Amino acid sequence: MEVFLEETQETRQLDADTVQELLKKLNINPTTVIVSRNGSLLIESQKLEKEDKIEILPVVSGG
Amino acid sequence: MVCSQCTIKPVMRLTNNTITLCKACFSRYLEAKVKKTIRKHHLIEKGDHIGIAVSGGKDSSTLLHLLGKTFKERKDIKITAIAIDEGIEGYRDECLNFVKPLCEKYKIPLYIKSFKEEIGTTLDEVLKKEKIKPCSFCGVMRRYLLNKTAKELGITKLATGHNLDDEAQTILLNQIRRNTKTSARLGPLTGIIDDKKFIRRIKPLYFLTEKEIATYAYLHNLMTRFNECPHSHEAVRDDIRNLLNTLEAKYEGTKQSIVAAFLETLPSLKEHYKKEGNTLKYCQLCEEPSSQEICQRCNLLNKYSKKSNVILS
Repeated sequence: MEVFLEETQETRQLDADTVQELLKKLNINPTTVIVSRNGSLLIESQKLEKEDKIEILPVVSGG
Repeated sequence: MVCSQCTIKPVMRLTNNTITLCKACFSRYLEAKVKKTIRKHHLIEKGDHIGIAVSGGKDSSTLLHLLGKTFKERKDIKITAIAIDEGIEGYRDECLNFVKPLCEKYKIPLYIKSFKEEIGTTLDEVLKKEKIKPCSFCGVMRRYLLNKTAKELGITKLATGHNLDDEAQTILLNQIRRNTKTSARLGPLTGIIDDKKFIRRIKPLYFLTEKEIATYAYLHNLMTRFNECPHSHEAVRDDIRNLLNTLEAKYEGTKQSIVAAFLETLPSLKEHYKKEGNTLKYCQLCEEPSSQEICQRCNLLNKYSKKSNVILS
């Protein structure tokens, strides 16, 4: 699946069965991000498909 | 997989809980939590004129949206927004452009005060000439300007977008620096004593995690996607934030526990410093509230004026 990382503005190709597994593969702490698929937010146990386009947004904002 | 309260797909799982909520149920949960905080801690009462410190970030935008929505029909409560333009090129303008339509939506008047107009220089100009910590300089000037503007506008309380993560970090930071007196000023309603020259701060988002706010902001188009402040990283706070997030992922509910445990001791702390005769002094130069003879703002500006040979107000 295609994964866009908002913080680094980078797109990665990788597969995972769930959001939790995806974040683990990317070494991202789940408390620091929200994850969306086609504009809909996903919880960590949500199952993912190979053709999904995922966006990972950081929750921390400064200033 | 469905929402714990209806049959729609969930967008958020609550901390330390198996409850998962959809957009509508999560929004109701979050809005109720903020209203409960306001009621329980007497943050906003009849006759108050609330000033909201807005930056354009997700926290203060969510705060503006929630207070605008909650109090728009209330004739006995007035709301005004205040934004501070520090003069950081390519950052603050964009943030303020996001805030303006939001204020218009809820018919909340917006006052923008700039460092340039109020103290005679911008943060960018100061940083070009001085090797100082940007967040210290900016924080002192922002707090001064917010308090001054709030007094001029007849504001009774200043609302900020501080959340549970911010508070947990500050509690630990004060512990590390052995700064108990500063901790005594924390809580949903800040400060130790009332003073006519100091507008007390309120934190209606106090019990919400950063993730909960980001989720709400995303669902209600309040999540700004522009860059964060280029100076926003303060080394110790960043370390504490990372440490807390690591602990939270491993031991869910850590941040809530730190804040809850702190709140149990806070009344005693406030009482202790009140008894100690913790009266606010007034700066000998600008006559604004200060814990020292000369306030931090005047000290910083004096130092900068002498070194850079410029006269600042």
